[in-house]
Amino acid sequence: MASIAHPEALRHVRRLERVWSERPGVLGWLTTTDHKRIGLLYLFASLAFFGAGGVEALLIRTQLLTPHGTTLSPAAFDQVMTMHGVTMIFLFVIPISTGAFGNYLVPLMIGARDMAFPRLNALSFWIFVASGLFMYTGLITGNGPNAGWFDYVPLASRTYNPGSGIDFYALGLIFNSISSTAAAINFIVTIFKLRAPGMSLNRMPLFCYAFLAVSFALVFALPALSVDCLFLELDRRLGFNFFNSAQGGSVLLWQHLFWIFGHPEVYIIILPAFGIATSIIPTFTRRRMVAFPMVALAEILVAFIGFGVWAHHMFSVGLSTITTVYFAAASMMVVIPSAIQLFAWLTTLVTGTPIFKTPLLWIIGFIVFFIIGGLSGIMFAAIPFDQQLTDTYFVVAHFHFIIFGAAVFPLLGGLHYWFPKVTGRMYHEPRAKLAFWLTFGGSALAFFPMHIVGLLGMPRRVYTYAPGLGWDIYNQLETAGAYVVACGLVLLVANLVVSYFRGEPAPPDPFGGATLEWSIPSPPPAYNFAVIPTVTSPYPMWDVADREADERKLEQGVMVLERGHETPATTVLDADLDEVLEMPSDSAWPILVALMLTGVFAMLLTGHLVPMYVFLGLLGVTVVGWHSVEPEEA
Amino acid sequence: MAGCGQSQGGQSTLHAESDQTRKIMHLWWGMLAAAGVVLAGALVLLAIAWRRRTREGLPAVGKDEGVSTGLVVGFGIVIPVTCLVILFFIADIGVVNATSAPKPGQTRMNMTVVGHQWFWEVRYPGTQAVTANEIHIPVKTPVNVTLKSADVIHSFWVPELNKKVDMLPGHPNSIELYSDQPGVYRGQCAEFCGLQHANMSMAVYVDPPAQFKAWLANMARPLAPPTSALAKAGQGVFMSQQCASCHTIRGTAARGTIGPDLTHLATRRTLAALMIPNDRTHLTQWVANPQSIKPGNKMPALGLSPQQLHQVVAFLQGLR
Repeated sequence: MASIAHPEALRHVRRLERVWSERPGVLGWLTTTDHKRIGLLYLFASLAFFGAGGVEALLIRTQLLTPHGTTLSPAAFDQVMTMHGVTMIFLFVIPISTGAFGNYLVPLMIGARDMAFPRLNALSFWIFVASGLFMYTGLITGNGPNAGWFDYVPLASRTYNPGSGIDFYALGLIFNSISSTAAAINFIVTIFKLRAPGMSLNRMPLFCYAFLAVSFALVFALPALSVDCLFLELDRRLGFNFFNSAQGGSVLLWQHLFWIFGHPEVYIIILPAFGIATSIIPTFTRRRMVAFPMVALAEILVAFIGFGVWAHHMFSVGLSTITTVYFAAASMMVVIPSAIQLFAWLTTLVTGTPIFKTPLLWIIGFIVFFIIGGLSGIMFAAIPFDQQLTDTYFVVAHFHFIIFGAAVFPLLGGLHYWFPKVTGRMYHEPRAKLAFWLTFGGSALAFFPMHIVGLLGMPRRVYTYAPGLGWDIYNQLETAGAYVVACGLVLLVANLVVSYFRGEPAPPDPFGGATLEWSIPSPPPAYNFAVIPTVTSPYPMWDVADREADERKLEQGVMVLERGHETPATTVLDADLDEVLEMPSDSAWPILVALMLTGVFAMLLTGHLVPMYVFLGLLGVTVVGWHSVEPEEA
Repeated sequence: MAGCGQSQGGQSTLHAESDQTRKIMHLWWGMLAAAGVVLAGALVLLAIAWRRRTREGLPAVGKDEGVSTGLVVGFGIVIPVTCLVILFFIADIGVVNATSAPKPGQTRMNMTVVGHQWFWEVRYPGTQAVTANEIHIPVKTPVNVTLKSADVIHSFWVPELNKKVDMLPGHPNSIELYSDQPGVYRGQCAEFCGLQHANMSMAVYVDPPAQFKAWLANMARPLAPPTSALAKAGQGVFMSQQCASCHTIRGTAARGTIGPDLTHLATRRTLAALMIPNDRTHLTQWVANPQSIKPGNKMPALGLSPQQLHQVVAFLQGLR
């Protein structure tokens, strides 16, 4: 709405700006409840952890460049390997996809002015950062977790792992899951209740379907992990025997609970990527998604079936054949919704008129790598093949194609796609394309040879290997590829930083996007929408008449909701206007609650129970403080 | 890897030497071929998308949404379901039974392998024979191996002979070992088991039947007392220093169970789970400072004098 000329419209906009302004400066960032600023905080924090996880990856690859490498000691390797996995999954992919992309974009796409619970949103972020720093404190002090990200017992029990590394892991993940659970509940309520009038469920963008599915999966999957970590701490600290087979416990209990969380986790990681792909493809092919209802249903189905396949991570532990056959069949079922989405993207590309700009290039890279990783994934549903190749580098190849190629590539594409919206500047296209090709080529070089070296018998999680087994050359290629990927990613970040300062100014809708975020200025104002839009299709930006009607409403002052921090709530299915909600404004309580919670976990870790109770008391005080200034009902 | 069908100790899953691994290998090549077709098909679609980037719709049929949806149903549902059902029957009904653990009494021979941090204890039930890391089996004889763990989870994996099966504390598993060909087959722990997971390897020696019988008979015998003065002195060092508290030498007072059984140490070709060759130089280095070779392993440097070291190595080299 760069062309606000009408004096009445200008008056409404000025008033909204005043109502939604937050404190300036650093204090403003610490107390913000604006979903866009929280999204940016998530973005920078998760990218910092991505950098740490990337350095760990390079250390691992440098160590494995040659047989008998000496870059890392065995003890350091185990910690670096464990933290690489923990970082990439818990501190990078989940927070950047749900925290950064979801937070920033879901309210914009559904026509809301904030998330349903803005202060809970801030709390999620601060807990996420604190839990990440908590776990990294272990690594930096040389007490990092060292039993792999999957942390199998009894290797992780106190008998075989007496240091505090595993406690950093178990407590850190319980801590972290509080953040993810709060964020997931926030998304569910936001998506169900805050959609713009007229955005019935069948008109909701596929991006939001993906985040709805992810949020439900998180709410149901995380308790299994938290309970598992709680059992582990009880075993380690208080001598319980959940996992002690000598006392009637079971080492497999850990694995079952871990993978009941761990496999849905894979879809939690990949579904946001699917959502980003289904945003970028229609824009750059200039046509609607083929088979929209099937894709929406497939996104939900993937998250649902993902809960019934966990034991395919355990085919070599000696389960009965009938059990493995059931889980293999379930694992095959999950292929179908993935295949539906894949061919919906491909058909949309073939039948549309694609423009191969950087965001679409990342999506095509994603499609290619998702097919490769998906095909090798299907092979693991062939039980005997799984039992031969599991725990080898073939698995490492498979899930890096999925997690890096299929989950991270769309995030990087999305970073370019929404860069003009977030910064108000265009990114530099040729350099962005070069960064894509470097990263794409480097990933293929880093991860493809892992299939071969796995078939040649190289186990995973080894800090070194013997010469003469035919593995050397493939390891050297992988290491070279890892460094090429690093160059590509450094170029990508540098390009975006330079573009932020020197890029061309971006119009509100530089790519002809289909969803509501493109209807507002770049960067978006604090109140998002001057007029709460009314929606009549899943591609509201392509309904020109509707958007013109919104502009006229601004002049008339209809649906401006300017009496306070107001946003409308609508009915769950049909999105009929239900009521106008008064949202809370910026607050220091979330960061204070997160600080007290950090104190509780730190004291639990060090075993200082009295200070722990003090922090628990202070936590109670901050929670009371939070609720003492509840906004009044409008 | 040498030709002539005689394995020289590689551990490639593509070099199958038993019925089980051959079936798994054929399954792999079949799946690879099918996967190649799918990938090629998708790449062709992407190439078409690029070639026709300025034209809407599909070649020949144009802009029919029904056809597009039909393509998604065909390629996204019908073809994958068909392929998956075929794969399910071949792999998860057929091959899975051919590679499942042997039933009791189905094999002619039994043995037990116990995983330790970080070596393999090998026992032959019905005999006194105990060894470590180097497993001998007779050729063309199915052997039922019971798999156990003394500490954390390990995974028993000799890729050229069979799939892998985990060794869990409190939950024994079993696997069949069988080879058509005499030779040496390398194996390695496949479940992360701590600091020296990377150096927990083993070798399976598949011997002609007579050779195996002789080997087993020797393995079952207790210590043949040393004859040379040097070795006798070495035995004294072994018994008086801490060695005997961790290692067993059958026929002596050494009954430790933390480290491997050393009764016939000198018959083994390697030390420290295949890390170093078993010769005088390496054995001396190992006894003098095990932590410099395999950091984190449970054997401490004992601070022996050069003379004691010389004596104990002479004793150990006589354990045939």
